[in-house]
Amino acid sequence: MHYKFALVGNPNCGKTTMFNEITGSTQYVGNWPGVTIEKKEGKAKKFKEDIKIIDLPGIYSLSPYSMEEIIARDYILDEKPDVLINIIDATNIERNLYLTTQVIELGIPVVVALNMMDAVEAKGDQIDIRALEKAFGVPIIGTSANKGKGINELLHKALEVAESSALTHGTSACKFYDEQIEKCIGEIENTIVPSLTVKAQNPRWTALKLLEGDEKAKEKLNVSAKVLDQIKVYQEKLEKVYDNDMETIIADNRYRFISKSISKAVKKKSAGGELTVSDKIDKVVTHRILAIPLFLAVMLGIFQITFGAIGSFTIDWVDVLINETIAGTVSGWLEVSGAAPWLHDLVVNGIIGGMGSMLVFVPQIMILFFFLAILEDSGYMSRAAFVMDRLLRKLGLSGKSFIPMLMGFGCSVPAIMSARTLENEKDRRLTIILTLFMSCGAKLPVYALFVSAFFAKDQAWVVFSIYVLGIIVAVFSGVILKKTVLKGETAPFVMELPPYRIPTFKGLSIHMLDRGKDFVKKAGTIIFAAAVVIWFAQSFSFSLQMVEDPGNSIMGTFGKIIAPFFAPLGFGDWKSSVALLTGFVAKEVVVATLGILHGLGEVGEDTASLAATLQTSFTPLKAYAFMAFTLLYMPCVAAFGTIKREMNSWKWTLFTVGYQTGVAWIVAFIIYQGGRLLGFN
Amino acid sequence: MKSLKELNPGEKAVIKSISGEGAVKRRLMDMGVTRGAEILVRKVAPLGDPIEVNIRGYELTLRKAEADNILVE
Repeated sequence: MHYKFALVGNPNCGKTTMFNEITGSTQYVGNWPGVTIEKKEGKAKKFKEDIKIIDLPGIYSLSPYSMEEIIARDYILDEKPDVLINIIDATNIERNLYLTTQVIELGIPVVVALNMMDAVEAKGDQIDIRALEKAFGVPIIGTSANKGKGINELLHKALEVAESSALTHGTSACKFYDEQIEKCIGEIENTIVPSLTVKAQNPRWTALKLLEGDEKAKEKLNVSAKVLDQIKVYQEKLEKVYDNDMETIIADNRYRFISKSISKAVKKKSAGGELTVSDKIDKVVTHRILAIPLFLAVMLGIFQITFGAIGSFTIDWVDVLINETIAGTVSGWLEVSGAAPWLHDLVVNGIIGGMGSMLVFVPQIMILFFFLAILEDSGYMSRAAFVMDRLLRKLGLSGKSFIPMLMGFGCSVPAIMSARTLENEKDRRLTIILTLFMSCGAKLPVYALFVSAFFAKDQAWVVFSIYVLGIIVAVFSGVILKKTVLKGETAPFVMELPPYRIPTFKGLSIHMLDRGKDFVKKAGTIIFAAAVVIWFAQSFSFSLQMVEDPGNSIMGTFGKIIAPFFAPLGFGDWKSSVALLTGFVAKEVVVATLGILHGLGEVGEDTASLAATLQTSFTPLKAYAFMAFTLLYMPCVAAFGTIKREMNSWKWTLFTVGYQTGVAWIVAFIIYQGGRLLGFN
Repeated sequence: MKSLKELNPGEKAVIKSISGEGAVKRRLMDMGVTRGAEILVRKVAPLGDPIEVNIRGYELTLRKAEADNILVE
């Protein structure tokens, strides 16, 4: 038999740990159609039956306000999994049961996993599972996913329910509401629901949604104005009795039912009040004075490890492995077999080089995500958002945007990926766009070259001013974009601060490997394809002859055509524009191209001769405008591929790249023309 | 009756009503901020906003602008 079980639960309820325990290495990460929310699927590994497990997004409610809620609800209603496994954090049972009341109403068999029972026992609290089963009318199994306890029992129960419900098609007859409300639901169910044009599969749920005034449900059912009027009579009656609006009445009633049920079933050892371990940690982490320095220390620590010695060691290692060991070996084979020079170049520089330009990012991505997973799983991430919220709100961002922006100073690729920690799609888009204005590490060689040639005395200050310029542009962009293309209601900042927990190594490793795999599979293909195309445009002329001088290549020819476009910025010579174009490969390539085009060959560590040559064609003002343009213009191909992957939309990807280049042009224009007006040179 | 925003850290109150509408209100209710629930203000973030409260046995954070919509007693 084939079965489909869906996992549904609040964020921080241990759902991911549960999913990992059930599916192990069979899991597959994809996307829900049309959105950037992750969809995880897998198989129950220990069962002979074919059981597919779908991990629904973590949600607090099934009200149709957030993307996650809509996805989960539509999936359940449209795909009809055989069983819904509702995972509940037993240490936070009251709020977790709120989703349970809604899940049960959907009319699909539910099995509840009362998770984190080990923590409940450790506290000395007691939960009467049988009493809860009776109150909610569904089977409940106690589990501790982090220790692997109760999971087999849970799945056996779900299987049993799936098998029996196929025969009886039993839906829970549970009634959560006051008598008056139940009476209205019953009447709507019996009189109005049968008259709907779209046949309702679950009449009680439909009746409830109509009464509640759920917009999405009304849309789906194609409800007529006449029906709405009939419903309105019930709504007005209840609203009068309860002196409140319908949505509030229903939510109130659910919580009232839950409070009543758990007051009987849950026995707390202590009345609360004394400080838990979590509270003690929180005293330091969100301390009035210590919080921000601590946050900055954590961030800089992660930055140092990802992009500092360890990160660059891994990059060098991958670089040597691919560009020397592998490329060298293959190159040897090709020489022995007497391959044509163009084929040799295609394989070694095009294909292997293209692979290399993608794979060098993988170690950094994995390191960064290992640490981000620690922050997320330990509960620190939401404290960071709590501490930083005020500062970033001014830019229309939330506290969590700080992480991608800071990582942007290292490398845009992992930084863009880290924007995933933001729940809201609009916030994520804006964060990605702004992150790109943070000056990444690969741009530093370009600044180094120009400051050594033109600002020998104040090198550090000039480079620093470029970094600050990036931040200023990001601030303005945030304000402008939020008022124009990314306009709309800001997501409410109403967020749980989960108790601190020690992350499991297994969970961290799975997360880290997932990110690495995802990057190679999704962003990697675009990066690889683009790298090969760029190699071609750089190595061949329009007559398809291999060229030594990049100025004669396809890209060089194109660079010469667009050169006048840069004239108002002070660097209208074709060499500069070709160099900027090749910066699409990677930003540090700008320096190498300038070297070749100025007849100096590949410029290595020693840039003095190139600096001297540049002094003949640039002035300090032109050099500064050039640096500003390099800072802001379109990202490299790897970042481009990653943006496409994370935004999941060509429209937004092209907008981002276009916006950046446009801003770069305007800023460089203002610097050059403004500088000239002020008498600089 | 006053708004949640006016409570000081350490003060406890019972929720009377939530004004406003749409996503924010719904979100608050989904998170358990409903009439009759007991709410304790834990602390204010280092930069003065948002605030942290304890409700239904867990910690929740919300901005002062949202807290202003919650009437307590």
